[in-house]
Amino acid sequence: MQANMLQAQETNPVVKGSEAAASEIVASPTSCQFISFRLGEDEYAIDIMAVREIKGWTDATPLPNQPPHVLGVLNLRGAIVPILDLRSRFGQGLTEATPMHVVIIVNVGERTFGILVDAVSDILTVEPEEIKSVPDADRAEGEDYLSGIINAGHGMVVVLGLQELFR
Amino acid sequence: MSNDGTSGSDFERFRITFFEECNEILADLEVHLTQLQEEALDNEGLNAVFRAAHSIKAGAGAFGFTDLVNFTHSFEALLDKMRDGEIDQTPQVADLLVRGGDVLAELVSAAQENRSVAPDFGAEVLAQVHDLLGSGQKPKDATAGPGAQQASSISGMGSWTIRLTPNVDLFKNATEPLLLIRELREMGSLKVTCDRSQLPPLRKLDPELAYFSWRFELESECSRENIEEVFEFVDDTCEIVIEQATSSEEEAKSPEAPAKDAPVQPQVSSPEKNVETKESAPAGKKAKAAAASSIRVELGRIDRLVNTVGELVITQAMLAQELADLTADNERQPIAGQEELANLTRELQECVMAIRMQPVKSVFARMPRLVRDLSGKLGKKINLRMSGEHTEVDKTIIEELADPLTHMIRNSIDHGLETPAERVAAGKPEEGTIDLSAAHVGGNIVISISDDGAGINRERVLAIAIDKGIVQPDAHLSDQEIDELIFAPGFSTAEEVTDISGRGVGMDVVRRNIVSLGGRIQVQSQPGYGTRLNMLIPLTLAVLDGMIVAVGNQRYILPITSIVESFRPSPSQMRRLDDWTQVVQIRGEFIRIVRLCDLFNVENATHDPTQGLVVLTEVAGGGKIGITVDELIGQQQIVIKSLNDNFDPVPGISGATILGNGKVALILDIEQLAGMKATVPLPHQDDGPKEVDAPVAIVAAE
Repeated sequence: MQANMLQAQETNPVVKGSEAAASEIVASPTSCQFISFRLGEDEYAIDIMAVREIKGWTDATPLPNQPPHVLGVLNLRGAIVPILDLRSRFGQGLTEATPMHVVIIVNVGERTFGILVDAVSDILTVEPEEIKSVPDADRAEGEDYLSGIINAGHGMVVVLGLQELFR
Repeated sequence: MSNDGTSGSDFERFRITFFEECNEILADLEVHLTQLQEEALDNEGLNAVFRAAHSIKAGAGAFGFTDLVNFTHSFEALLDKMRDGEIDQTPQVADLLVRGGDVLAELVSAAQENRSVAPDFGAEVLAQVHDLLGSGQKPKDATAGPGAQQASSISGMGSWTIRLTPNVDLFKNATEPLLLIRELREMGSLKVTCDRSQLPPLRKLDPELAYFSWRFELESECSRENIEEVFEFVDDTCEIVIEQATSSEEEAKSPEAPAKDAPVQPQVSSPEKNVETKESAPAGKKAKAAAASSIRVELGRIDRLVNTVGELVITQAMLAQELADLTADNERQPIAGQEELANLTRELQECVMAIRMQPVKSVFARMPRLVRDLSGKLGKKINLRMSGEHTEVDKTIIEELADPLTHMIRNSIDHGLETPAERVAAGKPEEGTIDLSAAHVGGNIVISISDDGAGINRERVLAIAIDKGIVQPDAHLSDQEIDELIFAPGFSTAEEVTDISGRGVGMDVVRRNIVSLGGRIQVQSQPGYGTRLNMLIPLTLAVLDGMIVAVGNQRYILPITSIVESFRPSPSQMRRLDDWTQVVQIRGEFIRIVRLCDLFNVENATHDPTQGLVVLTEVAGGGKIGITVDELIGQQQIVIKSLNDNFDPVPGISGATILGNGKVALILDIEQLAGMKATVPLPHQDDGPKEVDAPVAIVAAE
């Protein structure tokens, strides 16, 4: 079915043209979407495809003998999901979580976990070339989780590689 | 989208299904063959065995496993003769069939693992089968026709008249007569006459019914069996008459006595054959009905269902709680339907759990053959009695049961039961008895194995345990404690290592397996009268009887099966050995204390065991530890969730569960806790009240 429709579009230049024009406003086939969120004054973004859901903070059950950024585990409709404090992961101390804080549930590889952030701000649609690489700097080992920077008009947004962040 | 890809994976899927089915069929076959050893099978039993062999053959043919096809073919031929009553069910035949079953199982597993068997594998059995089948019956290629030259040299060309009269509802079974005709045509030259006399006038004709019947004249070198095979799957829905019209040259010479050694059954016996076919038809139908009443479902899907229903139960409980609070506040009537909802959810959960339940029969069924094999090898006479085979338990547990059970039965036979001579000398019947039973007790299944053998030789057990350094030479052990030594790691009483048991990994592995299932194992023995092993295993791995304990603000779950007792020790019972180790004395035993509050760094916990509780728990190795907690909250059945799906293993934690309030509670892993090193030194006793002292220790650790 789908193949047929595609073929029909290709054989009909008028349809093809109008489709392309319409889609430029929303997103071109190559564009990527990110969810951006705030952590204090800073704005970060993660790939929207990794995000499963966004929910308010509720108390987690602490796991013994874990690094401080592991806040514990939550019941997500029957699945046990670990919650990680992004602020603490960045070495800025533990977040004093309130119900106003937000947990973004993400899928990374086979695993599902939640990251605690201050607030979710926007959905960003950008072309790949708009994602600038992070300037070389003396970064310690295991700190290669900054995967790019986007200029979003109201300021710079840092794109995070989740795989690198919590491995 | 590529067609190749799809059909390739389809093929692989069919292959997997085929082997799954094969294994089920083989298990079924085993049951019947075991029965056959004891008594002659009735018609239905023989049919079942025949069907089993035939199903394997059909599948093997489709997948091109030639070895398997050839062997099943002869096996099937033998069974067919037995069905016809031409071969009696003598013990020799029974034995041959059992060995045939073994060969079959090996061939199936070889095919499954894509390995080839030795070319002469099963040849001996095959040869004996052929001997039985009669000298005239040389192995025939299963694929009749051009390939069946060996057979043709004996049977020669034959003329067959076959009348095929389908029932009117033939097409409802999706049977296509054309396929049968094509298959017949491949066997030789075929003349087909169609009988249209039953065809009604057009206006009365129902296009979904079958009105035609056929008469085939087949010139072929095939045997009657080959022809019957063509109609194998339609014999419920069609009336089939197969007659040998004109006999081959040899038989023409002696038309009066053609039955002697001809591989094909001549006319004379065909009426009987028809009767037999009709007899077997209801059995076939029954099997079909049974097949239709069950479906194959992937375990993953069931797990998802179990999970979701578990959530539903928790959500329902939460809602009920909130509604109860609401109605209590406002003095309103309870909301209608709430109780029904509660009942329905509970029932739904029970139904879902029942899906995973299977009778233990599938494991028990393997034991008679083990007993038979071993009794032969060891020259002991053993009668295995089984009861409660229909007791149901979770599928995952069934799989885990096979090894421990096998081990325990081996042990009973090897170490427990005496030789016939010894038994007679002891005034016991020559034949020893092993009882294997299963029963439901509460939320558990109890499996016991008892023998009427010599019992545990305690002197020897103790001597060996001392010799191997398992116990101190000066230890005073009760009889029960000595018996329990058989579960100690590295303990083996066999004087020489045999291939049956006695590698010294026996019973401790059994105990570890059972404990890992959340169960317990116990031994009772009476010298001279026998030994009994009792296993208590939860019905399912998904649910656990847990004790909720509180440590500070945290709630943890301890598996009930490992809890011995809990008590609040008096200061005089506690004793510090060094900065890291503390023991509690109870009834003369010194038990190491595991301080959960320190190990897990829990805030607001009671640090002085004399103010809290010590929960005495059993460790799989046989030791005990005392875990300190603040208080016991209560006992509850909990649904076990894995922590490791989304996170790395946490030491001391085996999983998690969701409590009635929707919060996660962690399940403690007692074995791991016993092995964990304290990170915080013990508070000093002289430094005043411990409640003041303990928090200081935590701060220092951080």
